[in-house]
Amino acid sequence: MVAPADQTLAAYDSKVEGNVIFTKLDAAINWMRKNSMWPMPMGLACCAIEMMAAACSRYDLSRFGAEVMRFSPRQADVMIVAGTVTYKMALAVKRVWDQMPAPKWCIAMGACASSGGMYRSYAVLQGIDQLIPVDVYISGCPPRPEALLEGLMRLQHKIETEHSFVEQKKELIDELTA
Amino acid sequence: MNAAEMVQALKQKFGDAVLETKEFRGEHTLVVKLASAKPLLKYCRDELNFDYLVDVSSLDYMGKEPRFEMVYELYGYGHLQYLRVRAAVAEDEEVPTVSDIWPTADWHEREVYDMMGIKFSGHPDLRRILMWEGYPYFPLRKDFPLEGKPSEMPEVGFTKVAPMADGPFVTSAGCGDTVTREPRSRRPSA
Repeated sequence: MVAPADQTLAAYDSKVEGNVIFTKLDAAINWMRKNSMWPMPMGLACCAIEMMAAACSRYDLSRFGAEVMRFSPRQADVMIVAGTVTYKMALAVKRVWDQMPAPKWCIAMGACASSGGMYRSYAVLQGIDQLIPVDVYISGCPPRPEALLEGLMRLQHKIETEHSFVEQKKELIDELTA
Repeated sequence: MNAAEMVQALKQKFGDAVLETKEFRGEHTLVVKLASAKPLLKYCRDELNFDYLVDVSSLDYMGKEPRFEMVYELYGYGHLQYLRVRAAVAEDEEVPTVSDIWPTADWHEREVYDMMGIKFSGHPDLRRILMWEGYPYFPLRKDFPLEGKPSEMPEVGFTKVAPMADGPFVTSAGCGDTVTREPRSRRPSA
């Protein structure tokens, strides 16, 4: 609601005072990003069962804004690699990761996704970090849903510290000058 | 007719082709010549009513001649009897497919081919089933290391060697008691 002209001072409107906040753009962007992460569930083994449990009513992933599981990588922010990544699956995981728009993050959930786990074998990739950059590793075999929530909160803290605007601008400048 | 009687019937019918019969805790096994394995299996299906092929697998006795052995596990829903048929296979030999007798053998034989490298003559579609087409090794052979071998097929797949930090974590089969069978027993004492 706008006050009548004769009551308004030149550069100050007392009516909107309570609705204005001052902050850094980075902080605002990060705040929005971290509270609405849409996961791409890359469920490959038993960890996926725990991931489903984390998304269901008892553990309720939506308390942290990450309940919108997207099965299309183009709509997702964070890929949760939950389970054993076999060599046969490895390049498919990489391809799904490449299809996700930036900014994007990756959680390696459980021992297998982090390091190959107990599968010291010809068939299993020894950690998804050999193919895609991982932000958070979650230990456990499989990790309990609480551990996934903890990992998600760690990722939120990590996002808080990012210089998202500066980095985005730098990429834009690089793109334009290239 | 129970499994023991069926074994006798098969012995009578196929004579010399049946090299050996074994009975262990109610499980009956026939060891047969590879050449007569297929007619024998067909006879099992058609005349002895083994209508269910439970599994097809293979063994690698590296250093022994012949090197490989095929194993067929049969079951009949009419008479509820199990029968195991085994046949030795030399490295350069092809095994006649049984996928025309039991269609389920199609994928079982593909798996045997993929993992062990045994070829099946007459198979309708003998491709790898677990590893990708073009993978150069047969991983379940005894001369294939547990940690794997590096391989590379651009855009399709790749493998690397897995680190065996404190491993390999495999038991020593056949030796002594459970303490010496433990993988930890072979570690240098800390």
